Amino acid sequence: MVEALLVIDNLHKRFGNVEVIKGVSLTVGKGEVACIIGPSGSGKSTLIRCVNALVPFEQGSVTVLGIEVNDPKLDKLKLRKHVGMVFQQYNLFPHRTALQNVMMAPIQVLKRNKAEVEAEAYALLKKVRLEGKEHSYPGELSGGQQQRVAIARSLAMKPDLMLFDEVTAALDPETVGEVLITIRQLAEEGMTCVLVTHEMGFAREVANEVYFTDRGVIVEHAPPASFFTNPTDPRTKAFLSQVL
Amino acid sequence: MRVILPLPEVLQRESSRALPVMRLSWRHGILLAGLLCLFTIAADAAGTSPIRSSVFAVLARWTPLLLHGFALNILISVLSMAIGTALGAFLGLALISPDRPLRGTAWGVTQFFRNAPWLVLLFFMIFILPYHLHIGSFDFVLPDWSKAVIGLSLPVMANVAEIVRGGVQSIPNGQWEASESLGFTRHQQLWMIILPQAIRRMLPPWMNLYAILTTSTTLASIVGVNDVVTLAGQVLSAEGSRPDLLAPIYGYVLVMFYIYIYPIAWATRRLEHKYQVRN
Repeated sequence: MVEALLVIDNLHKRFGNVEVIKGVSLTVGKGEVACIIGPSGSGKSTLIRCVNALVPFEQGSVTVLGIEVNDPKLDKLKLRKHVGMVFQQYNLFPHRTALQNVMMAPIQVLKRNKAEVEAEAYALLKKVRLEGKEHSYPGELSGGQQQRVAIARSLAMKPDLMLFDEVTAALDPETVGEVLITIRQLAEEGMTCVLVTHEMGFAREVANEVYFTDRGVIVEHAPPASFFTNPTDPRTKAFLSQVL
Repeated sequence: MRVILPLPEVLQRESSRALPVMRLSWRHGILLAGLLCLFTIAADAAGTSPIRSSVFAVLARWTPLLLHGFALNILISVLSMAIGTALGAFLGLALISPDRPLRGTAWGVTQFFRNAPWLVLLFFMIFILPYHLHIGSFDFVLPDWSKAVIGLSLPVMANVAEIVRGGVQSIPNGQWEASESLGFTRHQQLWMIILPQAIRRMLPPWMNLYAILTTSTTLASIVGVNDVVTLAGQVLSAEGSRPDLLAPIYGYVLVMFYIYIYPIAWATRRLEHKYQVRN
């Protein structure tokens, strides 16, 4: 068993009177890829937002590299240095070029040397195959290209854990592939990833463990080979028969 | 064939195209200038006699004085806008502060000054502010126009605060989320990510506010400032209160305001259009 990097233990989250997460526990080891699937409204996005403290939660524990997130004295900056997040709507800063988007956080947040960061930013954009687009503004890039800039922007902080929140859901079908290639490359390099996704084929290929959530609980989890071929829970079976 | 739309739909279309704020077009200018000429010629034809000078001669004679008064209107508008914007920017940032008491106080101040009639605020300032100001051994006389500046800058402040708040809140939440997850502090998020985007959206309503403020500087004439409207009244008295001069003189003042404000209204619309296309 590899060293655990992310441990979620009995997490509960409510919005007003609605409990959207009802006691979720999962563990992701270093270098592993966890895919969370499930019908919309089942609390998947909220779950990963709890991991980097974008959303506060009432009960339970989330630890990233031993840092407890459910702690009123949490040093959010320290947590966020370890956790990168990519969103469905890319959320690039539209008033900055692709290169500046990648460079901003290391310079402003980590106070690193500009020349060094710039060299790394060029390398990161090359890695996500956006050479030549460094000086384009987000509005001049396609959805797939913007999403790859967003991935590079998160990687610039050198995180230990990457969270992907339905990152291909807003993309045109023909650009989904180019983003998935980038994520797969990351996974192969040993980046620990948690993906909320609707791309079943992709989950099957890259995941170490697939989690199926419904109405705020994890109904079933298994390595992809057995998850997709022999689901045990009737809800999982019903969901898979709809999407596969 | 003409398509006849049901009435509510027509109304909706109209209201979405033009908000009930001032929308000047060059046609208004032509209309105004045409009316002025018409009045002037009519007044001229009716009123010229050997002992009375022609309307054109009267306008020409008093133009330097009226322009002088108009310059005071512009001065009042520029200073009120500057003070109101500086204060309003702080107030607007307080309106979006996570600190509850601060936000609540700012909300109260904003609502009070936004909903108070401008003229009442002007009167209030004229009477509440001292005639003399002692700073150390210096003794300033506060002229009425400077009190008008302060009086007008208060509603400007409240309106600018609302523009700032609206501009910041129009930026999608994802921008906050993305920058927060990258570790930016709230202060950095606001100044590096949110405000640079929001300012572009604030500019058109801010310019619109300035145009409204400029027209409102004529309220200062009611509280005794020698602005262009006060001077126009004095010109009329000096010319022996000839009724034929009323329309031409005030029309002349209207044209002055139009010439000053129209380019601002035009630029505002250009900017609005530009940002609409980009967003």
